[in-house]
Amino acid sequence: MKIKQISVFAENKPGRLMEILKVIEAEKINLSAISVAETDEFGIVRMVMNNTDAGAAALKAAGFTVRVDDLICATAPDVEGGLLNSIIKPLAAEGINIDYFYTYLDKAPGLAQIVIKCDDVDKAEKILA
Amino acid sequence: MLDNKIETMDRKDLEELQLKKLQATVTRLYNGVTFYKNHMDAMGLKPEHIKSLKDVANLPFTTKEDFRDTYPYGLCSVPKSEVVRIQSSSGTTGKPIVSCYTKNDLDLWANSVARGLSGIGVTNDDTVQVAFGYGLFTGGLGLHDGAQKLGCTVIPTSSGNTRKQLMLMMDLKTTTLVCTPSYALIIAETAKELGIDLTQSSLKYGMFGAEPWSTNMRTDIENKLGIKAYNIYGLTEMQGPGVAVECTAKAGMHIWEDYFYPEIINPETGEVLPEGSVGELVLTNIAREAQPVLRYRTHDITSITYEKCACGRTHARIAQINGRSDDMIKVKGVKVFPSQIESILLTVPGVEPQYQIVVDRRDGFVCDNIEVRVEVGEAAFTDRMAGLVEIKNKLNAALQSALGIKVDIKLVEPHTISRFEGKSKRIVNRSELGE
Repeated sequence: MKIKQISVFAENKPGRLMEILKVIEAEKINLSAISVAETDEFGIVRMVMNNTDAGAAALKAAGFTVRVDDLICATAPDVEGGLLNSIIKPLAAEGINIDYFYTYLDKAPGLAQIVIKCDDVDKAEKILA
Repeated sequence: MLDNKIETMDRKDLEELQLKKLQATVTRLYNGVTFYKNHMDAMGLKPEHIKSLKDVANLPFTTKEDFRDTYPYGLCSVPKSEVVRIQSSSGTTGKPIVSCYTKNDLDLWANSVARGLSGIGVTNDDTVQVAFGYGLFTGGLGLHDGAQKLGCTVIPTSSGNTRKQLMLMMDLKTTTLVCTPSYALIIAETAKELGIDLTQSSLKYGMFGAEPWSTNMRTDIENKLGIKAYNIYGLTEMQGPGVAVECTAKAGMHIWEDYFYPEIINPETGEVLPEGSVGELVLTNIAREAQPVLRYRTHDITSITYEKCACGRTHARIAQINGRSDDMIKVKGVKVFPSQIESILLTVPGVEPQYQIVVDRRDGFVCDNIEVRVEVGEAAFTDRMAGLVEIKNKLNAALQSALGIKVDIKLVEPHTISRFEGKSKRIVNRSELGE
């Protein structure tokens, strides 16, 4: 299924991630997943949260550069080859290119949630449905 | 046109008029200002030696240091009782520059600004919001008096309190905004934050000055505010804004030659350069009473043309100021001006004109390397690292190919580069940043 991800531009220096998370906490928003991509100067903080609109508005108001994208969220069983067989192989077979992904544990035991950014979100959604 | 006869005067007549005014000015200064008398005596020069406009090249230069050395009234040529106004420029070091005006000087100043406003289409039906700082700085009062002289409705908001500026702008239906170009961008940013679409407002014209800005920045301001934006040039030493103003032809700024005599010189040798050459602008007041200045070294880099303009005016035009000879930095032997960097940055899609140049200064204007900091706004931001790296690479390549040297680019968070409501400061020393 499709989910919304919030990305925030952050300089790579102490305290920036804290400032972002403080804004989220103040809005009483819960994060489901977070991933940080970094270079030596700056990073992109990517987050999935339970209230995307409020989170994005609060971060913008706090002066951050923010964008919201559609990503795919799929489930993989927490077993050997789970990610490979349930997600990566089917997407590769259809020629879908993955830009990045990150993972978090599902509330149901034995499952992992995979958040995927790829070049064709609609097609990937159908493949993994 | 405010003064058709003067503004379109045949060049031969204009030059005759200039010579008469110049001779009268030199005579008055020689007899009334010790500073000029001493300089001219030391050069063996008498007022009667000025027989043609070319002889201006024999007169002594006046510099910013001369203003400081003669502070406060050493360059004033009239009795104190005739001085009705003092303006002053923000000296960052030492004593400020003081400029004195008689009643006629203020009238002449207002006239030069009014000619400029009229030249871009402003009439007495227009509402002019003056968001230049009021006070000692010449921007606020200079534009105020000029717009009032033209019969406009003047709103003296001064600079700052941007939300209130916007409220008044919308409620009073301002048609003309006057401020620094960087403040125009702050107004645009704030309007966006407040959900105000300025392109749908009453704003029609903008007259911006007091700092150099590029053609790309002009386009950016015009699009964001939905206006036609024009340049106004001036300096406290000569009077204030209105020395030169752009017309609707947007082909350079007309210097009001019945008030000022312009020259372009080689800043290193002082030699006068021919028409069209790029060099330092030197100005002489030929119609001022209280404090006429001979051959003032402006440090502003530009060129001049005497060709008749498409607008019909015959007064010479100077090109948009390219930078200041004292703002210039030399990196690995290459001369670099902030305005150059700005216009290059704006050729890369998505990049906002909020930037700062951080230098590691070695000696005077010589730098070992420069770092250009650029804010990442929404238009440039992507969730993919490759997208950001690509913008950085594009900026690097564009700067390197235009300047011929490698420049470090640093992408920074929005609002981390200081905004300036007065003159913007584009170059900072790393040591000033406490890094």
